[in-house]
Amino acid sequence: MRTVTETVSTGVAADAAKLAGRTRIAEKPGGDAEDVFPGLRSCPFATPAQYAPMRDKPITKVPLSVNDQEVWWVSRHEDARAVLNDRRFSSDRRKENFPLFNDDADTRERFRKQKPSMIGLDGAEHATARRAVVGEFTVRRMAALRPRIQEIVDEFIDRMLASDQPVDLVQALSLPVPSLVICEMLGAPYEDHEYFQKRSSRLISRTTSPEERADAFDELRGYMDKLITIKESNPGDDLFSRQIARQREEGEIDHESLVSMGFLLLLAGHETTANMISLGTVGFLHNPAQLAAIKADPSKTPLAVEEMLRYFTIVELVTSRVATEDVEIGGVTIKADDGVVVSGLSANWDPAVFAEPDELDVERGARHHIAFGYGPHQCLGQNLARLELEIVFNTLFRRIPELRLAVPVDDIAFKSDANIYGVYELPVTW
Amino acid sequence: MRIKADTDVCVGSGQCVLTEPAVFDQGDDGIVLLLTDHPDGDAAKRARDAVNLCPSQALSIVED
Repeated sequence: MRTVTETVSTGVAADAAKLAGRTRIAEKPGGDAEDVFPGLRSCPFATPAQYAPMRDKPITKVPLSVNDQEVWWVSRHEDARAVLNDRRFSSDRRKENFPLFNDDADTRERFRKQKPSMIGLDGAEHATARRAVVGEFTVRRMAALRPRIQEIVDEFIDRMLASDQPVDLVQALSLPVPSLVICEMLGAPYEDHEYFQKRSSRLISRTTSPEERADAFDELRGYMDKLITIKESNPGDDLFSRQIARQREEGEIDHESLVSMGFLLLLAGHETTANMISLGTVGFLHNPAQLAAIKADPSKTPLAVEEMLRYFTIVELVTSRVATEDVEIGGVTIKADDGVVVSGLSANWDPAVFAEPDELDVERGARHHIAFGYGPHQCLGQNLARLELEIVFNTLFRRIPELRLAVPVDDIAFKSDANIYGVYELPVTW
Repeated sequence: MRIKADTDVCVGSGQCVLTEPAVFDQGDDGIVLLLTDHPDGDAAKRARDAVNLCPSQALSIVED
């Protein structure tokens, strides 16, 4: 199968470049800097120390460590839900004070110039964009994918079992499963996964240089542009082809919007789930009683998945907003044009809502976490993610019941430097 | 109790369907469909959970 990357100019040297900025727990990057927002996690089993005292205060302005922008730091669960479901807060990333987590003018300019995808639209425009595609992600549509996802998971676990140990779970299972699933949904050739995985990692790392980030942005957008162009003339049975057919019926194809949507779905569709697979596996292996509970009764896994989502809250900061008018939240007036950062991680560890939040408890019944956000922008692919995680955990621990970490947990390279938390490598054995 | 669903506000997250599939469904367009608007027993209890979980607050309860 001819891949899209063959027709996109690629930088082989750039591909070979290792990701910069790997950090280990032992080094505690910025771990002592207690007034830094967003905080850096020194380990996956705790939130940054500065978060708890912030929840005890009214919503407060803090300077963002990356660029010194003064933003309102919203960290209580109740306040977080209030902000995220209040239409007076805008998601428009092109607005001047929209909090971004790099001080990288080039990338900011690129985000400003591209036609926004639904994540950056408000109100009626957002509703139109979301409604065009949300039917692809219904609970029923996702349930219909179960057999295929099971087959994919089994196939990658077969390969794992046939490999020399230890195996890096990230490369063997965590990344390929959601990558292949999203490729099949979107109709992107799986052969291209390395191309977009590398670029999306660079885009979301906080330590990528501005030049590298700008290149990653351009190349990913270029890739999606090419893919949509192919689908326009050569449709298949996939999400993009259906979007194109629908737009044709309604008038004309909005190519730029489809490119933006593809950019969003590709990025959101594999990085997030991949990191949750790795972290969830660490979470289970580090908490044997919790693992024993789902091994004994796999019907408990869906709620265990919710708890893993709450506990790790890997996408802490996508829920930024900018106020379009003065708004009172929790007794504090947020002025028009002020930037607001809702820390999902902090909200999901709010003891007012989740008793003993630092305890990983798969029977907690934590459905009301905001790991997928809240409000009209709540994650479009959440039910796909839930399904993938449930199938992966149940299959992994059923087929490899002796699975264990091949290194001490302190030696695992966690992504404390990325805007999506996770694990760079996860050596496992059995 | 009676459940009301505002299909203009619904964003199709499917949280309600996950919570109580005997009461809530989604159309092919992803938007909420009520299978009954008068749930009782455990279904009523779970329907209340769904009202709380709905990210766009498209669901509401009217007490009879």
